[in-house]
Amino acid sequence: MSTIPDDLSYTKEHEWVAGIEDGLTVTVGITAYAAEQLGDVVFVEVHAEAGSTVAAGDTVGEVESTKSVSDIFAPVGGEVVEINPAVVDDPSLVNSDPYGEGWLFRVRVEQEPDDLLSAAEYTALTSGES
Amino acid sequence: MPDVKRSIRPSEVRMSRSTPLRGVHESLGATLTDFAGWQMPLRYGSESAEHNAVRTAAGLFDLSHMGEIFVVGAQAGEALDRALVGHLSVLAPGRARYTMIVNETGGILDDLIVYRLDEDRYMVVANASNYALVARELADRVRGHNARVTDRSDEYALVAVQGPRAAGILAALTDADLDDLKYYAIVPGVVAGAPALIARTGYTGEDGFELFVANEHAVPLWNALAEAGKDAGLVPAGLSARDTLRLEAGMPLYGNELSAAITPFDAGLGRVVRFDKPGDFVGKAALERAAENGTRRRLVGLAALGRRVPRHGYPVTREGAVVGEVTSGAPSQSLGRPIAMAYVDEGALDKGGLAVDIRGSQEPVDVVDLPFYRRSK
Repeated sequence: MSTIPDDLSYTKEHEWVAGIEDGLTVTVGITAYAAEQLGDVVFVEVHAEAGSTVAAGDTVGEVESTKSVSDIFAPVGGEVVEINPAVVDDPSLVNSDPYGEGWLFRVRVEQEPDDLLSAAEYTALTSGES
Repeated sequence: MPDVKRSIRPSEVRMSRSTPLRGVHESLGATLTDFAGWQMPLRYGSESAEHNAVRTAAGLFDLSHMGEIFVVGAQAGEALDRALVGHLSVLAPGRARYTMIVNETGGILDDLIVYRLDEDRYMVVANASNYALVARELADRVRGHNARVTDRSDEYALVAVQGPRAAGILAALTDADLDDLKYYAIVPGVVAGAPALIARTGYTGEDGFELFVANEHAVPLWNALAEAGKDAGLVPAGLSARDTLRLEAGMPLYGNELSAAITPFDAGLGRVVRFDKPGDFVGKAALERAAENGTRRRLVGLAALGRRVPRHGYPVTREGAVVGEVTSGAPSQSLGRPIAMAYVDEGALDKGGLAVDIRGSQEPVDVVDLPFYRRSK
């Protein structure tokens, strides 16, 4: 079973959100559970450009594996400040290090989001599915 | 990521059937998927690693969902000549043929491998999704011949070992002479203590073997092969790798490239239709017309210029107009770019400038010869 780090927040769409320092710039990626379900990721694209504003729930990109293609959603609203060039270049980072090198993008938020799932809630969600 | 949830489908898990190897797959940590009503291993770990292992070493597959239908009797060959598009009565005992069963209008009901086990005994191997229909059709079509059709799919497991090291791995476990076993041939033998039909056939584009054994021998056979192949780099391989391997090898998949709406000529497989055999066969008149009229669309290979993957059902376009449809697509390990098979209008093929509409974006593709991958001998 895949790991679910305690110090991250999660969404029902199998994304994780990590706060940085001031709590106002967050990093977004997809969970190890999702990466396992997808299989080998071969293509990652974040359409939203750095500097653009997104709303929570917006489709901001897509991740493609050998067998499937899935949308990437913005789990929080705010300004996209950075897209991970390494994961665009080497999409397999999503499989090999989903919570680290395989992060997707960073968003500056107005306030700390409070409607995300805790690690315990996300664990319950994924154990119900498998 | 909505697809993640959709891919799990718990209600189907309960309804679908399992092969004798399901417990082995689970203990190996396989991701299982529903395929044609069966719980089958999609992958064990990385599907690209499994794909590459089959290309460079060997892979072990559970194909027990496939159907085995026996046609037995003094007129079994003649009966199959009438039932199928191929000329099976002239097949030598111990040899196999790729063929098809079509309906009266020439539409493909399934693609098959027919093995002639001996003078009056044939084994027809059909796809999981179709074998019940194939068995019914065969029973119906052989009437009037001295031949009996028995669907023995529930009794047989099928384990394949595929890849350049397959022969070496299998040789250590059997007394059968594999050097004498040609491509598309079959011989009875004992493998790791299990009585087996050993066929040199496959669906990967590599050398390899398909081993038909009684259900109770499946697990010990699998374990013996896994152990014997460990040092040679043999790995268990799932349906995901099987699909990319067969796609690279330009082999059609029923439900993607082949269907009842498609004749063997549409699929570029007119060579399997043997008008030169004696007598009538089901679909003959329709197929003669199809052969004469030619086809409007042709099955071709496409290679994408970008990294996005053309997939089943995506439109093929030229200057904004739809000129075809993708039947299968995947990232190709061997070519390093996405590949696809597609039916494309004859008129558009000469002109170039083809694209695939990938979720609204026109991604340029080259038309390339099939197969995409051919093993070096």
